[in-house]
Amino acid sequence: MDWGSVLIDGLLSTIGPITAAYAISAIGLNLQFGYAGLLNFGHVAFMLVGAYGTAITVNLGGPLWLGIIVGILAAALLGLLIGLPTLRLRADYLAITTIAVAEVIRLLVRSSWAQPLTNGVFGIQGFADSFFDLNPFAPAELYGFGTFVVTGRKLWVMLVGWTLVVLLTLLVRRLIKSPWGRVLKAIREDEDATIALGKNVFAYKLQALMIGGAIAGIAGILLAVEQRNVTPDAYLPKITFILYVIVILGGAGTILGPIVGAVVFQFLFFTIDALMVNAQANIGWVGDFLTPAAAGQIKLVLVGVGMMVLMIFRPQGILGNKEEALIDER
Amino acid sequence: MNADHPMDGVAPEPGVHKPNPVLVAKDLQKSFGGLRAVDIDHLEIQRHTVTSLIGPNGAGKTTLFNLLTGFDKPDAGEWHLNGGGLVGIAAYRVARRGMVRTFQLTRSLARLTVMDNMLVAAKDNKGEGLWGALTGGWHATEDANEERASELLDRFGLDHMADEYAGSLSGGQRKLLEMARALMMDPEVVMLDEPMAGVNPALTQSLLGHITGLRDGGKTVVFVEHDMDVVQEISDWVIVMAQGRVIAEGPPDIIATNPSVIDAYLGAHHGEAAE
Amino acid sequence: MSRRARFAWFWLATITIVVMTPLASFAAGESIGGTLIQRLEDEKLPIEGVTITVSQDGNEIGAGESAAGGKWEISVPGAGIYQVRLETSTLPDGVALTDPDKEELPNVEVRDGQTKKVLFPLGEGIVSSVSTYERVGFLFVAGLKLGAIIALSAVGLSLVFGVTGLVNFAHAEMVTLGAVAAYFFHASPAGPQWPLVVAVFPAVLVGVAFGWIQERGLWRPLRARHTGLVAMMVVSIGLSFAVRNLILIFFGGEPRAYPDFAGQAPIEILGIPMVPKQLITIGVSLIVLAGVGLFLQRSRSGTAMRAVADDADLAESSGINVDRIILITWMLAGGLAALGGTFFGLNQAIQWDMGFKLLLLIFAAVVLGGLGTAYGAMVGGFIVGVTVEMSTLIFPNELKTAVGLVLLIVILLVKPQGLLGKKERIG
Repeated sequence: MDWGSVLIDGLLSTIGPITAAYAISAIGLNLQFGYAGLLNFGHVAFMLVGAYGTAITVNLGGPLWLGIIVGILAAALLGLLIGLPTLRLRADYLAITTIAVAEVIRLLVRSSWAQPLTNGVFGIQGFADSFFDLNPFAPAELYGFGTFVVTGRKLWVMLVGWTLVVLLTLLVRRLIKSPWGRVLKAIREDEDATIALGKNVFAYKLQALMIGGAIAGIAGILLAVEQRNVTPDAYLPKITFILYVIVILGGAGTILGPIVGAVVFQFLFFTIDALMVNAQANIGWVGDFLTPAAAGQIKLVLVGVGMMVLMIFRPQGILGNKEEALIDER
Repeated sequence: MNADHPMDGVAPEPGVHKPNPVLVAKDLQKSFGGLRAVDIDHLEIQRHTVTSLIGPNGAGKTTLFNLLTGFDKPDAGEWHLNGGGLVGIAAYRVARRGMVRTFQLTRSLARLTVMDNMLVAAKDNKGEGLWGALTGGWHATEDANEERASELLDRFGLDHMADEYAGSLSGGQRKLLEMARALMMDPEVVMLDEPMAGVNPALTQSLLGHITGLRDGGKTVVFVEHDMDVVQEISDWVIVMAQGRVIAEGPPDIIATNPSVIDAYLGAHHGEAAE
Repeated sequence: MSRRARFAWFWLATITIVVMTPLASFAAGESIGGTLIQRLEDEKLPIEGVTITVSQDGNEIGAGESAAGGKWEISVPGAGIYQVRLETSTLPDGVALTDPDKEELPNVEVRDGQTKKVLFPLGEGIVSSVSTYERVGFLFVAGLKLGAIIALSAVGLSLVFGVTGLVNFAHAEMVTLGAVAAYFFHASPAGPQWPLVVAVFPAVLVGVAFGWIQERGLWRPLRARHTGLVAMMVVSIGLSFAVRNLILIFFGGEPRAYPDFAGQAPIEILGIPMVPKQLITIGVSLIVLAGVGLFLQRSRSGTAMRAVADDADLAESSGINVDRIILITWMLAGGLAALGGTFFGLNQAIQWDMGFKLLLLIFAAVVLGGLGTAYGAMVGGFIVGVTVEMSTLIFPNELKTAVGLVLLIVILLVKPQGLLGKKERIG
């Protein structure tokens, strides 16, 4: 096995548009979970709604820019709809409702009942054409050096994706460093105490859920544009859990945590993949039982285990500080 | 105690009218699963005094606090702060109207610094709105708040801890922080739920000093306590609750000799009285 | 290589494969087969004695009849395109193709060595043949059955919440594990192949053991570290995800059925068709739930459990060993969930994510009854089950889970403490 090319492939996938989309979605989740302490176990639903809002709008004849606005607003609206009945109640109710909503929305979108609008399991294609029309690079040309190259098409998505990562990070930074962000952190620490200080906790939680949801909507749109395709089964629950690992790994409640988490996670994921492929090819008995499907499932088991282990042993992640983590043990 | 005390001449009987009440409750009722937790016909709190609320465990003191501050909803009744009705008013609005509470178990915002704990309590900060946070222009308010917070921290002996996480404070320091934080809102009525619980004797003295200091600074203080000795020392007026009802009220020296109060305490708390 | 050349190669290769395939068709054993199943809501009723013919270019190749369990298989001479026809006249009364135009499938391609599976979706036939009375009755029984499964699974979740304050998102996997364990003891070639009525006992024990392991290996140490509830919920959902995918690795992604009681013929009671295993599910569940109620009311552990749920500190100070009670609660929850899972598998299918699919309905039941109350979860389970099944009278079947969600949200809006829950202070 050529480890040099594996490393290059790993790096390419690490800086690719998918990582950017995950980083963006993680920025939204970090605002909700890391800063406001909201347990949103259906984050992927916001991505789905964002992507479908865009695709359906364009499919019905609207321009792409309008579709993007519709997608983002629809994701924020989903936050409002989930938040209104649950955010006055204890934290568990939000968790229960979000996990349920995520699954139901996916089933609704793929049902024959919604098919006229969503095209069911087949999904919607061709909505991103006008985005690629703007591509300043030659789509089929290879950019880079040596074997470290990407197509012009991919480069364009990457450029837009990482620019969005930077802009959204700056936006969240501005919010968090403001008194608004301080109230959010206060709510995470103790809701009742924050109410006693005269803050409308419900409104803040709702805002955080909606803004975080809208940001996830942007991530969903980016993902759909990258794939030039939106299908319901691209938004499985596993994405939510991957995002939790990313947020906790990078450091929940830190500004740069989502970016660091997304990059490290993608690299680890890819490396584990490469190791398993290598083992399949070169170690006889491993190849016998480690089918490609099983390898994919083992990675997901690792996501779950990683979520547990991180939350238990290093809840502050890579960027959080140890002192803060110790305080959490109340 | 002052010579011409405002409570002079007020009869020591439950539900008595006071010359200048800041808080008035009428027919306040709350039950939990058939059990009457609070059942109060009439209760007034005199302005600019330290009023203590005592009673054995389960007397309904904390429930009454929760009702008055909007943290719980009564089954029936009404209550007024400065003449303004508070029925159906959300807890955070009650706080904004000038009645601020603390909790039995201290609620420091652990992963915020001591200074941030103070700043988050300040009122009317434009930067706390989403729009204000995005557009800026809140730094002047913030600077003024910070100055006021420093003064308060200084007064409570916490100034050297300003940049520490509140979670790293000792239990006693958290009590002080919670009190200082409540003052940051510039309240009219301060409701303290067992501020002395689990605090060593030295700190108890310091806390008592701060409580009387609040009254002398023009605040009204209501605090829950079940240790009679503590109450004797600093209260202008004592309200005694048992089984959800006000069974007695009056100046501390009279309450201490009231037979029904002694009954309520001994009846419910043989063990604790022996401590 | 130029793009055009690559394109040409691709097509050449494809055409070669297509042309070569029939040439290799001397490999023996090609056939066409399938299972005739009538779907009545979620119930699958096998249909026997239906004639199916296979022909090629107008020449009849073979014919067959569906046997017990609805299975049929007709051998064909080799790979190729065949026409498969279901003789609708041989269908029993009240059963018809869901799509009447699909009685002949003109383009069935059989590849080398393949047993080609062909599907004839069967429905309730001509709508008028099933009266509204029958339909409502059938759905009501199906709802009771689903409710029994939900109730069994939900009680444990609610009890655990009561004594520990934790909403355990991995509860869904306790349900799946029970069903899978029963499959192992009952049908797996590697297992003892006991009848299902026997296999269910070790399956429940596996559930009890899983509850024990979780509490001793994970939750008790976390409580000792004073881990916050939010962190614990994140851990529980991580656990859920890990276990679910582990089950997927070992059990595979295909749904399976317990061979015992598969394809049971419906019986009629009061003119309503019902499947005996539905009735067994409902009956056994009611007995077990009554037992749980008795345990909570009468036994020392049960009353202690209620005391801990009420006020753990008070219970501790009055001499109850809280850790022991919590452990018992976890074991009870694991056992009940495993039983619920087995019944779920018996009535529908055993699949790696079956618990996760049921989780939404379990949550709706628990919230409806009141989080933390055992009786609430039971009542909630039956209400949710019946509501969800009856909703198919009005809404399409695929919106069933959505109905569960709507139910959940309505409860949260109207009565968040649930039917039997204590009213909690809401900030």
